[in-house]
Amino acid sequence: MKYSALKIFLEGLSGNQGWKKAWREPDPKKEYDIIIIGGGGHGLSTAYYLSNVYNINNIAVLEKGWIGSGNIGRNTTIIRSNYLLPENEPFYEFSLKLWEGLEQDTNYNSMVSQRGVINIFHSDAQRDAAVRRGNAMLLSGADATLLDENALKNLCPYLDFENARFPVKGALMQKRGGTVRHDAVAWGYARGADKKGVDIIQNCEVEDFIIKNGVCSGVVTSKGKIHAKKVASCVAGSSSKVMSKANMRLPIESHVLQAFVSEGLKPILSNVITFGAGHFYVSQSDKGGLVFGGDIDGYNSYAQRGNLPVVEDVCEGGMAIMPMIGRARLLRMWGGIMDMSMDGSPFIDRTHIGGLYFNGGWCYGGFKATPASGYCYAHLLATDTPHPVAKGYTLNRFKLGHLIDEKGVGAQPNLH
Amino acid sequence: MIIPHPYLGPRDSCEFVYKGDAALLFRPEREDPVDYDTFHNYLYLRNNPAGEHKELWYHEYGDRSWLVITRNTETHEILKVELAVDYLKAQENGN
Ligand SMILES: Cc1cc2nc3c(=O)[nH]c(=O)nc-3n(C[C@H](O)[C@H](O)[C@H](O)COP(=O)(O)OP(=O)(O)OC[C@H]3O[C@@H](n4cnc5c(N)ncnc54)[C@H](O)[C@@H]3O)c2cc1C
Repeated sequence: MKYSALKIFLEGLSGNQGWKKAWREPDPKKEYDIIIIGGGGHGLSTAYYLSNVYNINNIAVLEKGWIGSGNIGRNTTIIRSNYLLPENEPFYEFSLKLWEGLEQDTNYNSMVSQRGVINIFHSDAQRDAAVRRGNAMLLSGADATLLDENALKNLCPYLDFENARFPVKGALMQKRGGTVRHDAVAWGYARGADKKGVDIIQNCEVEDFIIKNGVCSGVVTSKGKIHAKKVASCVAGSSSKVMSKANMRLPIESHVLQAFVSEGLKPILSNVITFGAGHFYVSQSDKGGLVFGGDIDGYNSYAQRGNLPVVEDVCEGGMAIMPMIGRARLLRMWGGIMDMSMDGSPFIDRTHIGGLYFNGGWCYGGFKATPASGYCYAHLLATDTPHPVAKGYTLNRFKLGHLIDEKGVGAQPNLH
Repeated sequence: MIIPHPYLGPRDSCEFVYKGDAALLFRPEREDPVDYDTFHNYLYLRNNPAGEHKELWYHEYGDRSWLVITRNTETHEILKVELAVDYLKAQENGN
């Protein structure tokens, strides 16, 4: 069924009785060409691009809960491609271009809103760094705009420009950045993959791998054994847990990151604002809630909920840069488990085990990567060669000294 | 989280700096014949278990002691707190 305005109109006339389920609920087959573990954003986009671009349809996506229950449904929905390093910027710009065509591609309204992402700076040194980053972005074909204090005042008059500790001096803006309705991304990709015959199997936890003589030929799940020529792990915060079943140790720690939403307000924030120095970022959802967040809690966690000190810290950051939000009340908050890699950059790679592939290490920035991560993982699975924009994301880069330390932070140098 | 400090009693976890897996206490010796893999594994790879985890907490805003805390990463429950020196001694004595 193709979605369109006309379809909505016609369905309205007939009491909306004609809508069909967006994807099937199949039982697992005995064998597939490719099994993808994890029905998050990345797993589903991998299945979508494998079936829609690389014409491989005999695929299963195995999800232990329901699709969208992981980080894809828990993040603060920001997309951007304002990276600096040559291993990163082309990848994230590729992703942003895919976002720009996503709704037409998948015929699904994922509410891609290019409302602009603003990164505030407070000193000459930070301005220099912002200019350098902006230039790196331009070199990769992305857009970047430097805003001086006045230009920023015009856009965001409510910022605390005279802040004693962090006076606001300007910002680096990416106008093509913005927000996307996060769970609609999962649903859109799921529907598009299902249409091509991909089996999306929910409530199916992968408990072990079937590995013989260094080759992986399937998985043991809560719904029985399923065989496959290739097995692709894509489980974000659960990466270490899943890969330990293949006796692999990863350069990853799992940490909890919290997010917050205020009560609904009239439109006040038209962009995404990040206040890096105060560990705070915010946007306003279409329902009117302020969606904001800050730091990871900072200790290993698989709990999907955090502690109160970070709540206080994030709210203080918000009050410092945007005193006007002081009277808004916090409505809800939650946590997600981040796969924090040791240099802050991800992995899309083969493992030393034949037929076993790995995608993870997205830290707190993997939502914006969802389209490119799936595309590049699909490329790797289909061709056994890395996609040109994801060549740096190897598992052995620490051994070779080719770290991609975009911000000089990893899981644990305590620099967040 | 409240951390029951062996000397100071219950303390707010905010007074501490988290330093990760207690396995980091066992650094390969510099004098050892340089084994690249051992160093790489020590520095970059983690067990990162879901469940019981022995980890280092430094009481920076307190008595500056190093603690080894056994904590459940799925529930955040703190199961055991030891001074890092005591933990090391116990490890060396093989128990
Ligand atoms: C609070 C918060 C805010 C964030 N904000 C942003 C942001 O603004 N911008 C941005 O770019 N990124 C952001 N992120 C990061 C982003 O959400 C993640 O990096 C990204 O979603 C991870 O990829 P995923 O969607 O595939 O993960 P997930 O949705 O977590 O998918 C992994 C799936 O694997 C499943 N799984 C796990 N173990 C098994 C198993 N054994 N068998 C079967 N299935 C299994 C899980 O149930 C889960 O559904 C944020 C994250 C959080 C938590």
